[in-house]
Amino acid sequence: MSPVLAGVLQLLALTVALGLSYRPLGDHMARVYSSDKHLRVEKWIYKGIGADPSVEMRWPAYLRGVLAFSAVGVLFLYLLQRVQGALPGSLGFVSIDPDQAFNTAASFVANTNWQSYYGEQAMGHVVQTGGLAVQNFVSAAVGIAVAVALVRGFARSRTGELGNFWADLVRGVVRVLLPISVVGALVLVACGAIQNFAGIHEVGQFLNEQGMGGSQQWNGGAVASQEVIKELGTNGGGYFNANSAHPFENPDPLSNLFEIYLILLIPFALTRTFGRMVGSLRQGYAILGTMAAIWLVFTGLMMWTEFAGRGPAFELAGGAMEGKETRFGIGASAIFSVATTLTSTGAVNSFHSSYTGFGGGITMLGMQLGEIAPGGVGSGLYGMLIMAIIAVFIAGLMVGRTPEYLGKKIGTRQIKFAACYILVTPALVLGFTAVAMALDTPSHSMTNSGAHGFSEILYAYTSGANNNGSAFAGLNADTQWFNSTIGIAMLLGRFLPMVFVLALAGSLAEQTPVPETAGTLRTEKPLFTGLLVGTILIIAGLTYFPALALGPLAEGLAA
Amino acid sequence: MNNSAANTGRVLWAGLRALLVLTVVCGVLYPLAVTGIAQAALPWRANGSEVKDASGTTVGSALIGQTYLTDGKPDPRWFQPRPSNGLGTNSVNTRYRLILSGATNRSGDNADLIQWVEAAKAAVIRDNSVNGHTVKPSDVPADAVTSSGSGLDPHISPAYAKLQAHRVAARNHLPVTEVDRLIAAHTDDRVLGFIGEPRVNVLQLNIALRDAVEGRDVVEGRG
Repeated sequence: MSPVLAGVLQLLALTVALGLSYRPLGDHMARVYSSDKHLRVEKWIYKGIGADPSVEMRWPAYLRGVLAFSAVGVLFLYLLQRVQGALPGSLGFVSIDPDQAFNTAASFVANTNWQSYYGEQAMGHVVQTGGLAVQNFVSAAVGIAVAVALVRGFARSRTGELGNFWADLVRGVVRVLLPISVVGALVLVACGAIQNFAGIHEVGQFLNEQGMGGSQQWNGGAVASQEVIKELGTNGGGYFNANSAHPFENPDPLSNLFEIYLILLIPFALTRTFGRMVGSLRQGYAILGTMAAIWLVFTGLMMWTEFAGRGPAFELAGGAMEGKETRFGIGASAIFSVATTLTSTGAVNSFHSSYTGFGGGITMLGMQLGEIAPGGVGSGLYGMLIMAIIAVFIAGLMVGRTPEYLGKKIGTRQIKFAACYILVTPALVLGFTAVAMALDTPSHSMTNSGAHGFSEILYAYTSGANNNGSAFAGLNADTQWFNSTIGIAMLLGRFLPMVFVLALAGSLAEQTPVPETAGTLRTEKPLFTGLLVGTILIIAGLTYFPALALGPLAEGLAA
Repeated sequence: MNNSAANTGRVLWAGLRALLVLTVVCGVLYPLAVTGIAQAALPWRANGSEVKDASGTTVGSALIGQTYLTDGKPDPRWFQPRPSNGLGTNSVNTRYRLILSGATNRSGDNADLIQWVEAAKAAVIRDNSVNGHTVKPSDVPADAVTSSGSGLDPHISPAYAKLQAHRVAARNHLPVTEVDRLIAAHTDDRVLGFIGEPRVNVLQLNIALRDAVEGRDVVEGRG
C-alpha cells in the first residue's frame, strides 16, 4: 500500500470514528448543560466553592465568574512556578523566572499552551500535574461554558439569563472531560505512554559509550493522564519538549490516530449539542458541514504539499521527513498538523517549521481562520456562530432586509459585538508582528532567515493570539520580549472575545423571537453553508493575505 | 463603589475556592487514580517499556531511540538510527544530564539543513558501500538523512535497515541473508494494514543481531 493511500484511509477511519461518536456525545452534552439535577459529587464541589448552582446569571455576572476564575488561575499557576524550587515532589527543579512564569501561566489559563520552556528540564511533578494539567481541564471547561451560554442566548427569549457559570464549569469537568480522560489515559498507557511518579533515573544503554556511562537519564511523569486532556481539551502543552512527537507521549501509530480523534471529538460534537439546544438539529448540521468541509479540504491540501515535498533540503533528502517520526510518516503527520491548527490545540507530532513552505502556510492559515473548523472546545463553536452572524448580516445587506439568525434579529448592537470579536485577534497578531519586526532584538531569536524567519514571528503571534500554542519552534521565545508580549496576546486573544460573546448572548436572550417568514434566510440549507465558508475565507484572506505573502507564500513559491 | 468592590471580592473568593477544589479533583485524585490503575494493570508500559537483553541487563526502552557510537563515531557493527540534530542537553537544573527531546526546526531552504542532509547522505553511501556492494544516492531513503521530530525516534524505515544489511553483515561476519532475515523478523507493518508506516525498531534489531553474533561465536568456539 502506498503511503498516500494509507494516509487517505487513516483520514477516512478518523472521519468514521468521529461520526460514530457525534450523536451520543453531542446529545450527552446537551443533556448535561440542560439538566436541573446535580450529581452528589457536584454538590460537594458546589459546597466547596460556596456557590448556588441553581441561580441564573445575566451576562455581566456570568462574565465576572469567567474572569475571576481565570484571573485566580493565572495568579495561582504563576505562584506555583515561582515557588517550585521549594516544593517537594518537584525533582529538585529550580523555580521558573518571572517572565517565563507569567507567560506559562497566561498560556495555560488561556487554553493556549504556548511553551517557552522545555518541559523535561524545567517543570517537576507538582507543577505539571497539580498546575498545568489542572488548567488543561478547567480552561477547556470555561471554553465550553461560554459557548453554551451563547447557545442559550439563541435558545432563550425575553430573559437576560444565560445559566450559572459555576454549574457549567463543574459539569464540563465532571460529566464530560473527566470520564473520557480516565478511559483515554488508559488507552494511551496501553500503547506505551508512561504514567508514573518516578524521579530522574538512569536507564541502561545498548552500548557503553564514552561519556554516557552506558546509560540515559530520563524523567518519570504522569504523562498519559496529561496527554489525554491536552488533546481532548484542545490545550496542546506537551509534557516533553517534543510534545506529541515524543515516544512517551505518542508511542505508536494507533495512539497517534487516537490523539487526533480526541482533538476533534468535542469541537465537532458540540454542533450537535447546539442543534439540540436551539431545537433544530439541522441548524447544527449546517454548522458541522461548514467545519467538516474546511477541515477535509485543508487536510487534503496538506497531504498534497507534504507528499510532494518541495524545498531544496527535502528534494535532496528524497522526502519531507525532517521533523517527522518514522512511525507516523508523512500522511499521519499531515492529518495531525491540520487538526491541531484548525482547533486551538497546538500539540504537534511533527515540527511545523520543517514543513514545506505551503505546508507551514496551511498551518498558519488554519489558525488565522479563527480556529473554527472545528476549533477549540467551546471556542470553535462560538467563533463559528459569530461567523454565521456575519454571514447572515452580509446576506441581509444583499437583499436589503434586517438579518436574523435562529429567530433572533441581528441588529446594530449584535453586529457591533460580532465585529469587535473578529477584530481582536487580527489586531493582536498583525500589530505585535509589525512591532517585533520593527525592533532590533526580537529578530535575534530567529533560527532561519529570510521569509521563513518572518514566518517564525508571524506564526508565534498568530499562535498566541488565537490560543493555539504550536510554534515554528526555531524561534527562541524565551526572552523577556516574547514572554511578555505573547503572554499579553494570549490573555487578550482569549478573554476579550469572550466579553463580546457573552454580551452578544445577553442581548440575544433578551429578544422576542421573530416569526419565520418567506423572506427568512434558511440557515440550515447547504446554500448557507456555502455562504458561511465564503465569508470565513474572505475575512481571513483580506486580513492576513499580505502577511502570508511575505512569509510562507514567498517561501513556497521560491521552492 | 463599596458595594462593587465587595462584589468583586466575593466572586474572586468563589473563583479561588473553585480552583482549589478542582485542583484536588483534576490535579490530585485523577492522576493518582490513573497511575494506580496503570501501575496495577500495565506496569511495564507505564514505566517506560524497558527492554532487557539475553543476559537480563536493561539496555534501553523499546520506545526511545539511542545512539550506537564507539569513540564518538557511529559503530559500523550495529544498525544506525536516524540523525538527531535537534536533540539537546539540559541548560537548567544542570546537575542532571537529561536528554532534551526536539527537532531541528530548520526550513526546507535552510543552509544548515541542506548541508546536514548532504553530509548525511555522503556518509550513508560511504559507510554502507562494502565488499563490492555499492549504494546509489537514489537508494538512500529520506529518513536516513533527516532528523525526527523528537530526536528520539526509535525506528528507521525498512528501506534504511536493508540498506545497512551488507555493512552490518560484513562487520559481524554474518551472511547477508541472515541479517536480512533479522530485519524481516523485526519489521512492524502498519497497524491493521493502514495506520502509520512500516518501521524497524533499531534497538530490538540490534539486540537480535548481538544474539546472532554471540550465538555464532559459541558455535565456532566449540568447533
